[in-house]
Amino acid sequence: MSKLTREDVLKLARLSSLTLSDDEVEQYRTELASILDYVDQLKAVDVDGLKPTYQVSGLTNSMREDTVQPAKADAEKLLERLPSRDDRYIRVGRMI
Amino acid sequence: MPTAKPTDDNLVSRAWPCVTDIAAEAASGTVTATENVKKALQIIADKNPDIQAIITTTEERALQRALAIDAAIKNGESAGRLAGVPFIAKDNMLAFGADTTAASNMLAGFDAPYQATVIERLEAEGAICVAKANLDAFAHGASTENSDFGVTKNPHDTSTVAGGSSGGSAASVAAGMAPFALGTDTGGSIRQPASFCGVVGYKPTYGLNSRFGVVAMASSTDTIGVLAQSIDDVAIVNDVISGVDPSDGTTINRDTVTYTDYSTSLKGKKIGVIKEYFPKELDPVVAQDVSRHIDKLTELGAEITEVTLPSVAAALATYYIIVPAEVSSNLARHDGQRFQFSAETPSSLQDSYVRSRSEGFGAEAKRRIMMGAHVLSSGYYDAYYNKALLVRTKLIQEFDAVLQDVDFLIGPVAPNPAFKIGENEDPVSMYLQDILTVSVNLTGMPAVSLPLGTTPDGLPIGTQLMAQRNDDRALFGAAQALMEASA
Repeated sequence: MSKLTREDVLKLARLSSLTLSDDEVEQYRTELASILDYVDQLKAVDVDGLKPTYQVSGLTNSMREDTVQPAKADAEKLLERLPSRDDRYIRVGRMI
Repeated sequence: MPTAKPTDDNLVSRAWPCVTDIAAEAASGTVTATENVKKALQIIADKNPDIQAIITTTEERALQRALAIDAAIKNGESAGRLAGVPFIAKDNMLAFGADTTAASNMLAGFDAPYQATVIERLEAEGAICVAKANLDAFAHGASTENSDFGVTKNPHDTSTVAGGSSGGSAASVAAGMAPFALGTDTGGSIRQPASFCGVVGYKPTYGLNSRFGVVAMASSTDTIGVLAQSIDDVAIVNDVISGVDPSDGTTINRDTVTYTDYSTSLKGKKIGVIKEYFPKELDPVVAQDVSRHIDKLTELGAEITEVTLPSVAAALATYYIIVPAEVSSNLARHDGQRFQFSAETPSSLQDSYVRSRSEGFGAEAKRRIMMGAHVLSSGYYDAYYNKALLVRTKLIQEFDAVLQDVDFLIGPVAPNPAFKIGENEDPVSMYLQDILTVSVNLTGMPAVSLPLGTTPDGLPIGTQLMAQRNDDRALFGAAQALMEASA
């Protein structure tokens, strides 16, 4: 049985840049614990001598010539979609 | 071509000819691109209030493109292999003419600055996107109930779900809104809704179709595929969209032969029935139906053999570690600074991050992000994430060994037919919907869901055919043979 404490959930929320209400903390504590109970079955699988698989494309590095290529989206179009901007900068809130 | 049997008013059986005929008619002027687009928009207007398969139409742009294509044809110009063919794109794909929301409030109102490569390639051949289909928000779900834009209903029985996460794509094709739709399949999100809605659903070999311009979910398993009424339609669309894209470094070389050029001969082919795909939880109606189609393969000259893949039992647990880990990483970009939703009057940058994410994401996205943070965090990385990567290797080795001996694998798509809306509310029971689909996402193999059967209540049942990586064309041949034999 995976035990998750309230503190564990609050730590995960902090790592995820999320804030949770007290009810949500309890809800996710129960739900994440039941998911962890389910995935805990992997503990019984013997993987001796195996290497991890990160991806299955069969590709290693996809290289291209280091030359200037036209971008699919021009910078102005991306800037137009920012929630807040100042000329060609992203405007964000106070940092300290 | 065999299609789902119409069971009520929501189904427009054979509303559309096959896509090559639609394109030929548009090219000859018999049925114009404009007429096709108007027809699609009319069916959407009629059916969508009940089905909710569509989030928005791209009406204005679609009609403009249709007029331009018709004018080009009149001028004697070649309009492309899919000239005037309307299609629907899952709303996690960037396309002009409507917002791209991924069915999440986080992206509501987002106007695409460029189009996904798959959309661009379809447009280059004259196809016309007419609408954006509903999905589970950020493609997290197996029922399209987890959308911030309403629940998609199954056209065969509107009290049941369409499946997910490409539920809008599947339901729209089943309801005749367009001859084909694009979907994404990360753990079964094309095949399971195709099974529930009675259409063909194809998940390609990993890397075959570019993901540039598609909202990322889990980058090591995300694929872009096709939902349609027939294998031929799937094959020609795949022929148009597949292959290396310089904008997506994970794309692979496609088959050098046209995807529609497949062999339907199953004489001497070996087909493996996966023992672990018939677990005790499998609905007996599904088991019985799929077994019936397996018998058909023998009549077609194929040799049927039972195969065992013991790690399939661990595939779902593996998937629900790897995928949340990748989701937590991919969704980090939605921080309130770069795209669309941003919380009002934040007191600081950090406050803006936290409140934008907390207000913008739904519960399932938060659950997966936190689960991902957990399995990747120091102290748990080896026990969960790294262990899952090792089990993934074991699963791939088992599939590869079996595919040395057999040409194709067969089994059910989903453990049950479409379930009632609201029936699977707890997360683990919803995750169990993916139990028979996730394995090929982890191994990178192509697979199709074929609409071959129905329950006594008239709900569709899909049969899943799978092949080795890069054997997509051969898979189409076997699938077509089985479709014809079961018609």
